[in-house]
Amino acid sequence: MPIPETILAASGPRRSRLSHALTQNIGLALVVALLVACIILYCGLYIATQHRLPGGYELTSTLNNTMPLAFAALAQTLVVLTRGIDLSVGGVIDLTNAVAALTLMGGPVSTTIWTIAILGIGALCGLLNGVLVAVGRLQPILVTLSTLSIFQGIAIKILPQPGGAMPPGFTGVLANPNVPLSLIYIPLIGILWAIFRRTRLGVSVFAIGNDAMAASSHGISVKRTTILAYMLGGVASACAGLFLAANATAGDATTGDTYTLTSIVAAVLGGVSLFGGRGSGLGALFGAFVTVMVVNILFFAHIDPLYQTFYEGLFLLAAVIAANVIGQIVRRRR
Amino acid sequence: MTIAAVEAVDIGKAYGGVAALTKASFTAQAGEVHALVGENGAGKSTLIKIMGGRVRPDSGEIRIGGQAVSLNGPQAAHHLGAWTVFQELTLLPWMTVAENLLLQQEPRSSLGLISRQATLRDADALLARYGVMHIDPRALVEDISLAERQTVEIVRAVSHAPKILFLDEPTSSLVEREVEWLFGQIRRLREQGCSIVFTSHRWAEIRSIADRITIFRGGADVGTFTDIDEDEAVRLMTGRRVEALYPPLTPRPAAAPVMLEARSLSGPNLRQVSFALHQGEVLGVGGLAGHGHRELFRTVFGDAHASGGTLTVQGKEKKFRSPRAAIASGIALVPEDRKTEGLLLRMSVRDNASLAILKRLTRFGILKPQEERRAAQHVVDSLRVRTAGIGLAVGALSGGNQQKVLLGRWLETECQILLLYDVTRGVDVATKHEIYELVASLARSGHAILFYSSDAEELAHLCHRVLVMREGVVAAELHAPGITAEDIVSAAVRDHRAA
Repeated sequence: MPIPETILAASGPRRSRLSHALTQNIGLALVVALLVACIILYCGLYIATQHRLPGGYELTSTLNNTMPLAFAALAQTLVVLTRGIDLSVGGVIDLTNAVAALTLMGGPVSTTIWTIAILGIGALCGLLNGVLVAVGRLQPILVTLSTLSIFQGIAIKILPQPGGAMPPGFTGVLANPNVPLSLIYIPLIGILWAIFRRTRLGVSVFAIGNDAMAASSHGISVKRTTILAYMLGGVASACAGLFLAANATAGDATTGDTYTLTSIVAAVLGGVSLFGGRGSGLGALFGAFVTVMVVNILFFAHIDPLYQTFYEGLFLLAAVIAANVIGQIVRRRR
Repeated sequence: MTIAAVEAVDIGKAYGGVAALTKASFTAQAGEVHALVGENGAGKSTLIKIMGGRVRPDSGEIRIGGQAVSLNGPQAAHHLGAWTVFQELTLLPWMTVAENLLLQQEPRSSLGLISRQATLRDADALLARYGVMHIDPRALVEDISLAERQTVEIVRAVSHAPKILFLDEPTSSLVEREVEWLFGQIRRLREQGCSIVFTSHRWAEIRSIADRITIFRGGADVGTFTDIDEDEAVRLMTGRRVEALYPPLTPRPAAAPVMLEARSLSGPNLRQVSFALHQGEVLGVGGLAGHGHRELFRTVFGDAHASGGTLTVQGKEKKFRSPRAAIASGIALVPEDRKTEGLLLRMSVRDNASLAILKRLTRFGILKPQEERRAAQHVVDSLRVRTAGIGLAVGALSGGNQQKVLLGRWLETECQILLLYDVTRGVDVATKHEIYELVASLARSGHAILFYSSDAEELAHLCHRVLVMREGVVAAELHAPGITAEDIVSAAVRDHRAA
């Protein structure tokens, strides 16, 4: 081992591990705090109007309602981290939802095969987006805006009217109305994210979102990473489509439309930077829960459904401003 | 005869019709430290980018170990054992120092996943191995200073045990101690037979470390020397003698009014700073990096808020809430990091030059293109900016010329008080000379100039008075004539090591 001639000595003690962890994951901490606040508010309103605590039914239905958005937010996050945006999330959900309605009607074997095939359709949609962005060098927003319409069009073509009936087993596994199986899925998503973050692909996704040129000069293939991020996003969107079908027990070729925007909302609430390179899938997951809880809160606060979007917008703006201010205070304190 | 470690043979490269390199050659042996020197715009940075595989040459040949090679990316150079620290650093800002150091070679756990613990441990060991104890591997790159980023980048390159190491202006953001550290690393690599090629504008550094020097002018090499004195080198680079570098100091008028006065200004890293800046005066601010200069300039410019003290501009007490308010009071700031703080690199010279005077150039909010062109042309002409035209993107100009556009922008405003923050950093000798002339003439024409520089020599020659800052306070005030660089440095470090 060489002995350095000059040592650049430390000038003071290092900041603690906790302090680093907190300032570097402030977005995640904020969305968790926000979720806790939402849950308390929800329970308060529930007790005030229903004169009892929310129970198992409320828990199960909230979780089942959140799962599609959780996957959509994850899909969005994967793409946004590369400094892109995926407006086709809603289109992929429409398409996979429609295909599910047409194909999922047989026994467990056929259902399983088709489920895997539908995930493959999601991957193909992502591949198309990824190739157009990475190889075609087109702006992500233009590419995915176009493919959004294309996927929506195909969905409505193959399933003009809502219909189909999900096999009970399928619903029973993905969106069981009586048992909150989502309590298993959510930690599973968290574990999958933690694994992804520790793979070379995961690091590469963050790296190209930080600075594509710098990343490529260290041997990271920007094209390959971008395409894979869009493909994984497509798979996550397909998961959203499947969970949505299971929850609704039927298919609808327009049911996914709203998810394009709400997936962005959930990701942003979860601390994912639209400039790429910063954020986490866990944050997006919590962001999805916050988004759903806000709708629940508005319901129990007896807000006219007509004005619901108005209050959602107001909430989103307030949350983003608060997150920004708190983030800056934390940064300035160091 | 030994085979050269690395050779550039008649390299040519043009950007959009403007030739950056015409016929540039140099040869570096194994175990040699080879300096490339020349003005900004002489093509050194372009040459390093080509050698590092980031830019492809239009003509010429690169030979590594005697073999002609084609570098279609930095990776290709890495495979041949050639690593480069580019002037534009390649660290990922929102990732930790550890993640950056071990990018693409992250340690794996038994499950095949990247282990964060092991990444941190390895990064810590790596930094310690090269004697870098002051950088926390857990910190995000965006939270560490420019000098620390430069250090991390150097550690990363050196850690690959390069056979050839290219360093483009590695010392431009480093202070003395860090330069000493870097030179220790370079000497060690040289002993191991590595060939080190670097560029620098600091002659003392070049003399102390380089075995041979290749001088560039106008995109071609003019000669390689083992022993050459500064006068001769400067003459070869520019055709100008070194004594003429600094313009003579015009004494400031005795009864000049105070333009800017700070009383007990306090804030983060700033304690009870008081000074008065007069009309026609160049007031220098010196001292070691990180001792409050940056905070002082930002506070005066309204970019940071003082927690105490007062600021008086032409007799009126002011509390600037934003740079906009400071500009409205006739204060202009030219920052050090022109790339991120001052210029819009993708926009044209014209757009950049007119940015600060849009109000004057518009009628009812609509830009008057002829006047804009005239103003931009005036900046280009009066400062001798070397550009193919005012429509060219500023990013395509050389560093020194970018700096001139930035300076010129403020000259077009009516501002009376100029805050110049290390404006000659990374600028070549000829452009430095032009900037010094400009500063002197601005002072003569009645501007009041607050001038921070990391170069003590520059402060000693250019300023009427120099405030030396230490730990956020003004530790000494030196008066011209007779200020020397040694005075400034000794005032900056006095008691410092004891404290």
